[in-house]
Amino acid sequence: MSADAMLQEEAPTHITIRGLCKSFAGQSLYANFDLDFPKGRITSIFGPNGCGKSTLINMISGLMPIDAGEILFDGKPLSETVIGYVFQNYRDALFPWKRAIDNIKYPLQMAGRSAADCEARTQELIRSFDVRFDLNRYPYELSGGQQQLISIMRALASEPEVLFLDEPFSALDYEMTLFMRDKLQSVFESTGTTMIVVSHDLDEAVYLADDILMLTRRPTRIAELVRSSAPRPRSPGTLTSQSFINAKAHCLDIFQREVRTKDLSA
Amino acid sequence: MKARNFFTLITPAYGALGFIFLWWLVAFMQVIDPVLFPSPQASAKAIWAGIFQGNLLADVRVTVTRTLLSFIIATLICVPFGLVLGSSVKLYRSLEFVIDFFRSTPASSLFPLFLVILGVGESTKIAVAAFGAGLLILFNTAYGVMNARKVRQAAAVVMGASKTRVLVGVTLLESLPQTFIGMRSGVSFALVIVIVAEMFIGSTDGLGQRVINAQMIFNMPEMYATIFSAGVLGYGLNLFFILIERHFVHWGGK
Repeated sequence: MSADAMLQEEAPTHITIRGLCKSFAGQSLYANFDLDFPKGRITSIFGPNGCGKSTLINMISGLMPIDAGEILFDGKPLSETVIGYVFQNYRDALFPWKRAIDNIKYPLQMAGRSAADCEARTQELIRSFDVRFDLNRYPYELSGGQQQLISIMRALASEPEVLFLDEPFSALDYEMTLFMRDKLQSVFESTGTTMIVVSHDLDEAVYLADDILMLTRRPTRIAELVRSSAPRPRSPGTLTSQSFINAKAHCLDIFQREVRTKDLSA
Repeated sequence: MKARNFFTLITPAYGALGFIFLWWLVAFMQVIDPVLFPSPQASAKAIWAGIFQGNLLADVRVTVTRTLLSFIIATLICVPFGLVLGSSVKLYRSLEFVIDFFRSTPASSLFPLFLVILGVGESTKIAVAAFGAGLLILFNTAYGVMNARKVRQAAAVVMGASKTRVLVGVTLLESLPQTFIGMRSGVSFALVIVIVAEMFIGSTDGLGQRVINAQMIFNMPEMYATIFSAGVLGYGLNLFFILIERHFVHWGGK
């Protein structure tokens, strides 16, 4: 057994999906789908258009009903699990009637925490994210990057066991994207929260993740779970390192093979 | 710089000044019979006299009271109903035709019906105005709820908000911009109905009655003065609601 494989063995399973079924308008998207997400690692999901990447995390996070199957977090159902979710469109996801700081406090208030407790946790987040802009502003008064930063802080406020991110940086410019990847990575390193990222950018998928879940065309199956073993902390230099290039080349091979495969459902 | 600011500031006044000048010019050149078309000065004098010697302000107050009363009744009934209607697609679909039908029925055609039911009094005027305004508020609120962004509701659900908290804390606020549009159209519409009612449904006061009286005794400056007052009132109500809206829905359109 190689060292890599042993490491992978060591990561315990966090999310267990068994027999998941989902179809849209009679067309099967997921049929008897099984999958394990490792705990304390970043997994990115990548695959051809329409293979249901976002659908998958929406079903896991309970935003979309499933037709059949079971999804457990450390053996518990979703109702007993604290999760965070960062939406692609921060403009639609933040509450524009609340100041940035009150957006961050929202999940804490929903959890019924005291005002002092909310305040303390918020200050802790502000310190760890090193926020330097005025959080008493309303979201629409902030830049796109600042808004998505608020979204991420809000999603992390209640110390979720799993953080879902649906193409979190696709609406940001490149400079901001690099900055946010960095922030996300440092949060991961300090908290070890299990993260699941949907990405449409292979560079990003490989750069952020420990594991890249490659999906096939629908009916969706797992093409392969690829490891991205570049050491952390990753930096722009990682993008030219051999382990990154190898992992990315391997993913690209799988991706192209999957795209070329005739769409059986079409 | 300062001079330019001043000119930018008075830009909106150009149109108004131009309009008054044109009015004055037509009156001065007597293109139309002066008895039918008094000068701006004569109309201004009539307003002045109406305010300080007559009872113009009393009539304005009566009209405003009727308009606001019908608007408040309409809002209290139709905003909650609109919320419920918008949250249930099934309920909305089953009532859509009825609402659309009555919305398309000219409210003024309901006067005879309400007269039969409520008699010649305050209640008929207020009821018809409230009916018309209410339908505008109702379907705007329902649309606001139906078109509320699903992402925001989803975000609240993921963060552990209960159904009630999502409805009150997210959906209601999300629908506010559209609800305010309904309320603004509603108050304008209520004013229209109230003025018409004051003209033709045995009124002894109000701006509508004042206009029609002035016309019947051929007091043209007085008629123009009253029309102008009604215009100021309508404009003022709209402006007032825009200001309230900006305060309560500061995020609207952003």
